[in-house]
Amino acid sequence: MDYVLAALVGVFVSLGVYLLLSRSVIRMLIGMTVLGNGVNLLIFTSGRVMREVAPIVPAGLEVPAGPIANPLPQALILTAIVIGFSMFSFLLVLAFRAYKSLDADNTDTMRLAEPENAPQPPLSY
Amino acid sequence: MTELPQAMIETATSAADWVLVLPIVLALMGAAALLVVRRSNGVPMLGAVLVIVGIIACEISLLLRVVSEGPLSMTMGKWLPPFGISLTADLLGAAFALAAAVVTLIVVLYAEIDRDGNDSGDGFHSMVLLLLAGVTGSFLTGDLFNLYVWFEVMLIASFGLIVSGGTPLQLDGAVKYGFLNFLATTLFLLALGLTYGLLGTLNMADIIRVAPEANRAAITGIAALLLLAFGMKAAAFPLNAWLPASYHTPSAAVSALFAGLLTKVGAYALLRSQVALLPDSRDLLEPVLAVLAIATLVIAPLGAIAETQLRRAIGFFVIGGIGAILAGLSMPNVIGIAGAGIYIFHAILAMTALYMVVGLVEVRTGARDTRQMGGLYAASAPLSILFFVLILAVAGVPPFLGFWPKLLLLEAGVMDAELGWVGTAMVVALVLNAILTLIAGTRLWAHIFWRNGPEGSPGSSEPMALVPPTPKVRMAFTVVGALVLGVVLLGLWPNPMIEVGQRAAADIIDPGRYIEAVGLAGGAS
Repeated sequence: MDYVLAALVGVFVSLGVYLLLSRSVIRMLIGMTVLGNGVNLLIFTSGRVMREVAPIVPAGLEVPAGPIANPLPQALILTAIVIGFSMFSFLLVLAFRAYKSLDADNTDTMRLAEPENAPQPPLSY
Repeated sequence: MTELPQAMIETATSAADWVLVLPIVLALMGAAALLVVRRSNGVPMLGAVLVIVGIIACEISLLLRVVSEGPLSMTMGKWLPPFGISLTADLLGAAFALAAAVVTLIVVLYAEIDRDGNDSGDGFHSMVLLLLAGVTGSFLTGDLFNLYVWFEVMLIASFGLIVSGGTPLQLDGAVKYGFLNFLATTLFLLALGLTYGLLGTLNMADIIRVAPEANRAAITGIAALLLLAFGMKAAAFPLNAWLPASYHTPSAAVSALFAGLLTKVGAYALLRSQVALLPDSRDLLEPVLAVLAIATLVIAPLGAIAETQLRRAIGFFVIGGIGAILAGLSMPNVIGIAGAGIYIFHAILAMTALYMVVGLVEVRTGARDTRQMGGLYAASAPLSILFFVLILAVAGVPPFLGFWPKLLLLEAGVMDAELGWVGTAMVVALVLNAILTLIAGTRLWAHIFWRNGPEGSPGSSEPMALVPPTPKVRMAFTVVGALVLGVVLLGLWPNPMIEVGQRAAADIIDPGRYIEAVGLAGGAS
């Protein structure tokens, strides 16, 4: 199971990186999401996969009876999902605003902050 | 019934220890409160100033305590470390947090220059406090996942600040800034997941304890990923392209805040992760760090020489400073680390001041490109002096603040024979960087202040028509002048700073006191 998940993480991350290399802003956004989900899956896997034993201490005992699923990675992922989602929403709105006011969804044509034909540096002094 | 080890903190935290968490709490609560009153004129600015003064008071007492008693730790939620999330302040973190709060205070006062009554309601002061909360949290946290969370707090606040105003130029810059910084934190999260999988802990003190027993190759891989992520945050070459593409787009105050705080947090995280947390990775990564440092040191000032847009040129100086910090990291002896630490402290103060002076130049000339500037010396000699002092400080000319950390770095490169080629190459690169920065800076100064008029104007002695200073501009000039005065005074009396820096570096290299402060010193937990 761990190996399958690890391979899946690899697929997610490489797909995310591939999409991020695109010039289209929307593809880059989707790439960010895929990459982020790959990372979440990685945290899940790195906590060691353990099926169907909830991390609950039975009544009357002070420690769990046997091995249990690791609850910590789930807390980490939950935080990461919330943060990743809010960042994604912000970037989505930003991309939309940039499309509206710059009329560009291609990074090659977004050259307002870095003019394409930059002037030569001054030769005086 | 088996005997269980203690897992909870039973005693209440002593009131004095609260200074550790108060700066973050004050900033977060202040941000929320200012959001409520954001539409009332003048109140947000006053509130922000009061909150930041409170934060500075807490951080001064925190720094004094850390200086006298060593690192201070506080663990949240009553769980003993490594289960609870620790906030841990050592000398380095406490000193940086204090510097960050001081420059934020100056920036809040300075920001009035380009804000008028119509701006109320945009939540500027809330976002500044949120940014300060993220930065302070990053400096004071003792937990790697917590560091990630503070990075994101800082990131979302900076997103808000960089787009506020919403001009097409800002949107263009924000897209590049946003994507690359979000990618960097995602890579950081990736490295975090691997760290947890390998070591089973994310508490920094615990990582220092267990990392030497882990698989060396896996540790090196994680450290390389962290180097990539934090290098992107810190704008180290070759991951620096986003900085000159975005830092000149928002208002001068926001640019100044970003230049002083954001890249420095990335540099601090690099220092923490590469030197303190995972020193076992250095065999393989040290040459990489050295090459990155040399490339950043040499290429950044060349970028500044080639640039005519004033704030973009200054952005390359920020990147050059990151090169000096990387140089310290690639020479991991006490003097080198002290040099890197003091350089971060210097850069927080000097880069913020430089951007604010540039903002004043832009206000007075009404231009953003140096080709349209000239003759400002005749109109405002004090402004030209401020600019010149800061250029000298950034280049590292004695007796200004930037000279001392660079001297320490040179000393580290010359003294430590074990470094081999790294030491020699670093000395050459640092000197080359100082010369090139000086050339770039003095050329900017000559173009803006010294020549008679803008480019192409006949050699008349008439100074260019300047915008007369308003009372707000005079106020802004005063606060920037105070910050520059601080930079000069610290440069003239550097001894306490160098001593504290060396003690901080000793704590980073031998983290025994740090681990003890968190309470993980005694064997297995």
